[in-house]
Amino acid sequence: MLRMTNNKLLLILTAGAIGAVALYMLYDLNPAIYFYQLPSRTKRVVAIVIVGVAIAVSTVIFQTIVKNRILTPSIMGLDSVYVFIQTSMIFFGGASSAIVLNSKANYFVSMLLLVIFTLFVFRYLFRFTKNNVFLLLLIGIILGTLFGNLATFMQMMISPEDFLILQNSLFGSFSAVDESLLGITGVIVLLCVLFVLRDFNSLDVMSLGRDHAMNLGVDYDRKVSQLLIVIAILVSAATALVGPMMFLGLLVVNIAHELFSTYRHFYLIIGSVLISVITLVLGQMTIQFMFDGGVELSVIINLVGGVYFIYLMLRRSKV
Amino acid sequence: MIKVRDIAKSYGEKKVVDDVSLSIEKGKITSLIGPNGAGKSTVISMVTRLLDKDSGEVLIEGDNIFTQPNNALAKRISILKQTNHLELKITVRELVSFGRYPYSKGRLKDEDHRIIDEAIEYMELGELEDRHIDELSGGQRQRAYIAMTIVQDTEYIFLDEPLNNLDMKHSVQIMQILRRLVREKGKTIIIVIHDINFASCYSDNIIALKNGRVAVSGTKHEVIKKSILEEIYEMEINIQCIFGHNICIYFDDQAGDVTEDDAQEYAQTVAHEQLRA
Amino acid sequence: MIGKLFRLDVLIVLLFLLSVLSMFVGVVELHPRDIFSLSEDQQSILLNSRLPRTVSIIIAGASLAVCGLIMQQLTRNKFVSPTTAGTMDWAQLGILIGLVFFPGVSMLGRLAFASILAVVGTLLFMQIINRIKFKDIIFVPLIGLMLGGVISSISTFIALRTNMLQAISGWMHGSFSTLVAGKYEILYISIPLFILALLYANQFTVAGMGEDFSKNLGLNYQRVLYIGLFITAVITALVVVSVGMLPFLGLIVPNVVSVFRGDHLRSTIFLTAVLGAVFVMICDVIGRVVIYPYEISVGLTIAIIGGFVFLFLIFRRAGANA
Repeated sequence: MLRMTNNKLLLILTAGAIGAVALYMLYDLNPAIYFYQLPSRTKRVVAIVIVGVAIAVSTVIFQTIVKNRILTPSIMGLDSVYVFIQTSMIFFGGASSAIVLNSKANYFVSMLLLVIFTLFVFRYLFRFTKNNVFLLLLIGIILGTLFGNLATFMQMMISPEDFLILQNSLFGSFSAVDESLLGITGVIVLLCVLFVLRDFNSLDVMSLGRDHAMNLGVDYDRKVSQLLIVIAILVSAATALVGPMMFLGLLVVNIAHELFSTYRHFYLIIGSVLISVITLVLGQMTIQFMFDGGVELSVIINLVGGVYFIYLMLRRSKV
Repeated sequence: MIKVRDIAKSYGEKKVVDDVSLSIEKGKITSLIGPNGAGKSTVISMVTRLLDKDSGEVLIEGDNIFTQPNNALAKRISILKQTNHLELKITVRELVSFGRYPYSKGRLKDEDHRIIDEAIEYMELGELEDRHIDELSGGQRQRAYIAMTIVQDTEYIFLDEPLNNLDMKHSVQIMQILRRLVREKGKTIIIVIHDINFASCYSDNIIALKNGRVAVSGTKHEVIKKSILEEIYEMEINIQCIFGHNICIYFDDQAGDVTEDDAQEYAQTVAHEQLRA
Repeated sequence: MIGKLFRLDVLIVLLFLLSVLSMFVGVVELHPRDIFSLSEDQQSILLNSRLPRTVSIIIAGASLAVCGLIMQQLTRNKFVSPTTAGTMDWAQLGILIGLVFFPGVSMLGRLAFASILAVVGTLLFMQIINRIKFKDIIFVPLIGLMLGGVISSISTFIALRTNMLQAISGWMHGSFSTLVAGKYEILYISIPLFILALLYANQFTVAGMGEDFSKNLGLNYQRVLYIGLFITAVITALVVVSVGMLPFLGLIVPNVVSVFRGDHLRSTIFLTAVLGAVFVMICDVIGRVVIYPYEISVGLTIAIIGGFVFLFLIFRRAGANA
């Protein structure tokens, strides 16, 4: 009975995602310039799907590990670290340096540094904090604040022209995605997702907690460290591709929980992916057609996600 | 038979478990008792590989549990820790089904469903099977978790304080179930338990820990003795045989003390009632 | 050793010495021995720039540290402060709204906006932590920091739409360099608030024990709670309006005091205030000399030093709990 509705929901969401994508592709299509419009829209849709998958999958797994629905991997300061990396590139190299101009170099350097930071926080600090995830997150946030402060300091020192160039990379956006990066990011994300799907039944068991999972024969500690690496890669890949989207994961995964009301990762993961595609496409349409590109998508997502977060906190009697 | 040899665990300077050796007899209920901080839960966590030990070894029918693959082990021993509250939207039946994970890896076959049905019936959870576990009372939830371990179908079942937060009726109910599991299914059960009278009435063997060491171990008749228990708990304990069970009476002799005022009041009440009659 | 020197009189002497130092550190050279033979320019620098700056540092540092102390008492959580409850972000949003809807709004006007939003935001935070059952010492500030993140993302949205992004980045980092005579006096408002806090010190301690406990002792819990929130929110808003964000200050100073001197509010409130001023003074002087003749904003020095101290406190706590 329950399963029927959940399957039906998945179908509806799939239809919704396809519909949203189609609407976006075809909206206000001008016959005279469609050969220009379609490829650029396709590019954005591909980027949206890649980011949607990466953020949704990483957030669902992360929440299973930390057993908490309001914590997401992005809140541990990843945004600030990304901003710090981008700012340092301009600060030390100047706006015309190769690393700023060459998007591939920029991408790989950013991604590498982000993965290093995340793994450092996860793995090195895990030993100190004795698996206390809250502590880990708090330390992550403080480190993030430190980086953010250093970045702001540098931003105040650079020229206003350089700041304008920098500003473009400080907010998540699908408008300026470099297509040459789509392929490689797609492959990275796909590999991570395949790794997770290979054994996603064990995720269900892991949501019972460490003791139960170990009792049922899941190699919990090893599994957690593997998954944390996957999460680090997924979040970094998405961030390096389009910039920070802090509250996206929080928003879509909580909606998925609300809709599906199940612990089963099959529904949660696919549902979250679909919801995040729908959210991103609608968001992209809003900024592209309503604000004429005057606002970055991440700002809208953070706004909506942030307000939803407050609503969530006020409504739930226990967290 | 599980043999534990010289296992130890320290946190910083403090030795929580200090070279504990014990053996667990098959087909019996063995209780682990002892005062707070004796290391009971730590011992049970190490024996069931939930916690890494600093030294020593644990052998199950001669196999070292720390070198066994986790999944193979999950078919031989199960451990139920003190029920931590789960915030999952999960029904009783779904929870019980998790017990089949070591066998089915999440893809349940007809055989698995049959075993799950059986366990649900055995634990009298039939009416509750579609309820979410966060809607259940403490006793019902404990039964659901035990059903999960039954479904896991292991020779050895470890339970860490299964009576925590249960009232007398439910405690007795759980202990009767455990006895039935030993009697009817030939299981071997090891429980950490606080109430020495429950240990005395329902177990076969008792191991008493104190300060991270084994103070005494043996059959319940060997352990439930005034001199032994008084030393372990550092208080006066009297033992009375009631209906064939050795019952410990550990309230101090002042507890029932009657003051003169009380006595007078009582006398007056009696007098009043007599008058009325 | 440090514990023994950790006394009110020692700290006051230290603060005095640092204040003198602060008066004579800056781009325009001033020397203590010239104090009686100042040129007109030097005199004006001293009275219009250095003195206001030094006074501002003392007031801002002391009052923000006390804010943190009160918040920690009220929530019974050592890691709650104007930064970790999001109060600072709310104040910043308030200023921005004031500027957007009333361009050219006066300093007092901005203060009003900032105070209102800071009060609302802190109340919201208290509401939320009252509702969560899981009052973990780490989880509560985590919620506050996320809440702060939400608010600052709203600020970013507004700033982007109104082209004020670089302007609010300026507020992100508190700085005393703009606080000259005629601009810093607004900070004096926090002195009566500080006195109010002193009068209520005992009540805050009791209120922190919880509603039932307070009622049992005959305390008007709601009123004390609101007074505490009002004091902290307005002081925070004051500092953000005039100086800018001074992160972690309200967090680390009371924690350091409690490491050495325990937790009774009445006895630690002065110590916290003086140590707050000393800490900010040191950070500001460091900021002034480290890339001389330029200045690093004090907000940044505090954020970096404070960030490390906070990490240290967390690890200490984690070590103690293990």
